[in-house]
Formats: sequence, structure tokens, C-alpha cells
Amino acid sequence: MADLRQTPLYDMHLELGAKMVPFAGYDMPVQYPLGVMKEHLHCRAAAGLFDVSHMGQVILRGAGAAAGLESLIPQDVIGLEVGRQRYGFFTNAAGGIEDDLMFANRGDHLFLVVNAGCKEADVARLRGALEPDVTVEYIEDRALLALQGPAAESALAKLAPEVADMRFMDVATVTLNGVECWVSRSGYTGEDGYEISVPEQAAVGLARALLSDEQVEPIGLGARDSLRLEAGLCLYGHDIDAATSPVEAALTWGIQKVRRAGGARAGNFEGADVILAQLADGVARKRVGLLPEGRAPMREGTEIFAGAEGGEAIGHVTSGAFGPTLQGPMAMGYVPTDLSQIGTQLFGEVRGKRLPVKVAKLPFTPANFKR
Amino acid sequence: MKFTEEHEWLREEDGLIVVGITEHASEQLGDVVFIDLPEEGTEVTKDEEICVIESVKAASDILAPLDGEIVEVNSMLVDEPSKVNDDPLGDAWFFKMKPSDLSPMDDYMDEAEYKKFVG
Repeated sequence: MADLRQTPLYDMHLELGAKMVPFAGYDMPVQYPLGVMKEHLHCRAAAGLFDVSHMGQVILRGAGAAAGLESLIPQDVIGLEVGRQRYGFFTNAAGGIEDDLMFANRGDHLFLVVNAGCKEADVARLRGALEPDVTVEYIEDRALLALQGPAAESALAKLAPEVADMRFMDVATVTLNGVECWVSRSGYTGEDGYEISVPEQAAVGLARALLSDEQVEPIGLGARDSLRLEAGLCLYGHDIDAATSPVEAALTWGIQKVRRAGGARAGNFEGADVILAQLADGVARKRVGLLPEGRAPMREGTEIFAGAEGGEAIGHVTSGAFGPTLQGPMAMGYVPTDLSQIGTQLFGEVRGKRLPVKVAKLPFTPANFKR
Repeated sequence: MKFTEEHEWLREEDGLIVVGITEHASEQLGDVVFIDLPEEGTEVTKDEEICVIESVKAASDILAPLDGEIVEVNSMLVDEPSKVNDDPLGDAWFFKMKPSDLSPMDDYMDEAEYKKFVG
């Protein structure tokens, strides 16, 4: 195995008793002594601190930055107000998703957070499309923390009271523990919370300051995955990928009107012909929530059938796990559009047995954002 | 009590063998969320996969430690799979079997040997 990279918080994870696993080229904490289930429940009940420093942080500078980014993603970047963040996805010529990302308008620059496994490709894509007019700065000297849960606001406000006034998807520069941090009110759990970009040498100090609040526990990648799945959020490389379009993935809410047919800046992104046609004509398959009726989890790769016997698989599970808050198994996957109505009875084949599963509304647990 | 390399424990009780998984196994699995038990009355062969345990992380199999018949399963685990984490050596036994051949018992580890095995 190639050498695994470490985040600035690596030693602290070991000291906290984390079990480390390889993830996207990094040695990352999958769980702490509390365990996945209790970490998940703690995050929904109080607050959890996640090290997400493996993710890519990128700054775009230059007058043409917003227009340039719009050539790569089907989102409204030019219209994004200063101090606001938006969800987006890089598309390819076939209309597939190359990565998903968050981008923020921080006044004189755009700040992007992309997936760890795609960050080198994303930076190359940005440089290829935007340079030399736009400067693409790949930030490698900052850590990224996520503080999530109903007690996140009170915990972070102890360090900087002004963060309480931020709304969901606001971004701001905030001094935390004496250092300049870039804070957004967002996350990947369905809970209220913040994502904090912090200079690497100050990351451990900030993490310890947050963990000193008795409401805050460190949370590993295991619970991060069950939290995001309960929240109905896609994991790149699993629920969405280069062969999946945003229309199939039910992410059309993330394509603003101005970029759609009839909009002032319609199209002009990779795969626009395919995606705009799909928006007009529909697609053959869709990402849906799936609730197994028994207790057996349906893991990624589980084949979905229309009937209890016979027939070919009509779809498959792309993420599946046990939901600690849901108190039962949950999954997401792709099924034919005519079988994607909520409540449709389908079957998942687990260890050779067809088990009943119903198409279900996403998210599985209600979102708790501060709008 | 005897232990297998598959991290099962075996305890003799009234001519039957009670089978569960060790504390070490339950810790490695993490939070157990689902257990698929064999049916009572099933004839099983040593090393046959007869139970599935799903934790928050993954699915694992439990192998029959001996030839014989499953005479009782712990159906409480179906509703309360987390018992496997809380009390793996006690309340969370998986099944009781009537062995037809006890000879493999001699090859299984005693507690001291098992402790050494898991290091």
C-alpha cells in the first residue's frame, strides 16, 4: 500500500483512542472509543467534531472566476451573494458527475471544498479551464473541521459569539482561538452546524478548545457515513459518479433556473446538452430512498427486483447501512423511473433471499438546519 | 469453556453445546444491528455458515463449530442485537446444539490459549 497521508490532527486522533483506517489516501479515524452507534446518536443529540482535513480546499481569484466556474458546473455562481455558499457538481461531456462540491463567495475570491478522492483531478480541471485569467490556488496548509449537531452553535459561540447570527449556508471570516478561520454554516449530517477551515498549525488547538465543551465528542468516518445517509445526502463514488447524471441522481434542485433552458445563462457547462434534455424529457432511472421492511441491512451493491421471484434485477443499492436514529436499516439506490414513486414495493436480494423494501422519502430523518 | 479461531465460545450445558461469540469478536465487529439465526431443528455440518451478524460496519458469518442439530436459538437477539455488544459471554448466546461428534472439542482452545491467540 502506498504511504498514507496524515491530517494535522493525526496525533490527536491516536491520543483520543481512534481506530484509524485508510480513506482516500489518508489515515483517518473511523471511530473513537464511543463507537459508531453512540457517536451518531451523540451528534444528533448534542454535537460532534469531525476531522475532514482530507478534503480539498481551493481558492479561485480573478475577475472571471465566477464565469469560469460556471463553465464547469451547472450552478449559478455569478448570482451567488457575498457571504453565501452553494452546493454544486462538476459535470462531464456525457452529463455525468465528476465530483460534487461546496463553493462560497468570499468577496474577492471563491472558496471551494471538494472531495478528497477527486481533489487532484478537480484542481487540474480548474487550472485547465480557468488559467491564466483566473488564479487557482490549491490550499494545502489549512485543516478542515466540521462541528455538527444541535449544540454546535453554543459550542462555537463560546469562541466567537457572532457565529450564532449566521444562517444555513452563510460564510464568514471569524477569529477562533486567536486565529483567522473561514467558517460556513453547513455540513454533511442533516444537522445544524459549521465547517471550519483553520491554519494547520492552529488546528489541534481549535479542536481541543471545541472538545473541551462537554457537549462535543469526536466523531469518526463511520458515523459520518450513517449520519449523511439518514440525511439523504450523496456520497461521491457511490451514489453519484461519472456515469450518473444530476437528473438521475435527483439533484435537479441544485441546478438554478438561470442555468436551465430559458435562463439568462442557460447551458454552457460540460454536458449541458444531455442534462438540459433530461430536465425537459425526464430520465429512465432515478435515485431513491429505500427502506427495507425487515431488520436486515441492504448494503451497497444489493440488487433490486420488481417481484419476489424471477425477473432480472431492475436496480441496485448504492449506499446501505443501519440508521441509528432511524432504528432500522436504510438505503439509497437507483430504480427505473416508473418504479420510483414513494411507497412502491420492491425486493432486495440479500444472501440469496428476496426481502421486501419500499421506496421511501428522503431524508430518512428530518433536517435540522438554521434557515 | 472452549474457543475457536473464528472467535466463537463453546460451553457444555446439560449434554448440549451453547455457542456465542467472544468479547474480542464483539469489539472488533462494533455495534451489532442485525442477526440472522438458523432454524431450530436444522442439521448442520462443522464449518458450515449458519448465522449472519451485521454490525454498523459489515456482515460476518458464524460457522457451525461441530456436526449436529440446532436445538434452540436465542430469538431475543433478533429484537435486541445490541445484546451481543453488552453481554457477549452471557445473555447473548446464539444457539444450542446437540453435537453428533464431540471430537473437535479437543482441538479448540482453552481460555488461556485463546487469550494468547488474540494477543
